[in-house]
Amino acid sequence: MKIVVNGEERILATPVTVARLLDELGMTGKRVAVEVNREIVPRSRHGEFKLSDRDRVEVVVAIGGG
Amino acid sequence: MNAPVTPNAADALVIAGRAYRSRLLVGTGKYKDMDETRAAIEASGAEIITVAIRRTNIGQNPNEPNLLDVLPPSKYTYLPNTAGCYSAEDAVRTCRLARELLDGHDLVKLEVLGDQKTLYPDIPQTLQAAETLIKDGFKVMVYTNDDPIVAKRLADMGCVAVMPLAAPIGSGLGIRNPYNIRFIVEDAKVPILVDAGVGTASDAAFAMELGCDGVLMNTAIAQAQNPVLMASAMKKAIEAGREAYRAGRMPRKQYGSASSPLGGTIS
Repeated sequence: MKIVVNGEERILATPVTVARLLDELGMTGKRVAVEVNREIVPRSRHGEFKLSDRDRVEVVVAIGGG
Repeated sequence: MNAPVTPNAADALVIAGRAYRSRLLVGTGKYKDMDETRAAIEASGAEIITVAIRRTNIGQNPNEPNLLDVLPPSKYTYLPNTAGCYSAEDAVRTCRLARELLDGHDLVKLEVLGDQKTLYPDIPQTLQAAETLIKDGFKVMVYTNDDPIVAKRLADMGCVAVMPLAAPIGSGLGIRNPYNIRFIVEDAKVPILVDAGVGTASDAAFAMELGCDGVLMNTAIAQAQNPVLMASAMKKAIEAGREAYRAGRMPRKQYGSASSPLGGTIS
């Protein structure tokens, strides 16, 4: 299946949870927030929330800004 | 002997029910590196710091220092902003992501821009986003233009602070319309902070002398030749301007008025 993460397409061999995706991206344990199809997926649900084909995922952090 | 005067006693800045000693709020962008960011913010004495919410750089160096580690939320009040948003929808999404990122923290700086050249706010979109965010439980500090009617509307809606620009974001042009800032301050029901346009310490002092409750700045410090020294200058300017405002300036006179007694001069 195909999903879009931060604007870039990714092909996944098998369906995964948000937690698994973050792991694949090397972001386990990092302070991030996740949105799927414009809805927040709370950290407490990362382990159970399964991504579906064509999902649009945003993974954000806090950076310097004014 | 008289008790020592403590000019700042009981002169706290209260935003959304929380008191702050510092009336200087600073951004964390445009610094050379994290060390300079931390040093400048420390020198500024700021307690509230703004941050931006952005996509993670996938595949970036995993050991890159994280802003949240360098400037711990236990020490600073974070004010996530919606910088770069040009629609109410994107601004609301950004605030919800920030709240998730910061474990339910609900104080946000709303800015919805209308134009890339001037970075002036889009007021209809700002009003729309403010309404949604307030209904959703956010405490909204809102960036706006220096229109007193709009400022009043935003305060009436329930924004916890209204933050008119002094000049375009990052321009350093200083307070372009002090009369409007004064109108906004005179009518204020919530704290009024000048946000954007300050260039140097005298601009910050001037904003405070006009009666503003605080000033939010980023570029004036980050793009100074010596950001840490400018941060220290801004801290003093904010304090001096506030004390001058509280002290009440002397009336302006057209002609000279001698400071020494006129009697008893030698002849």
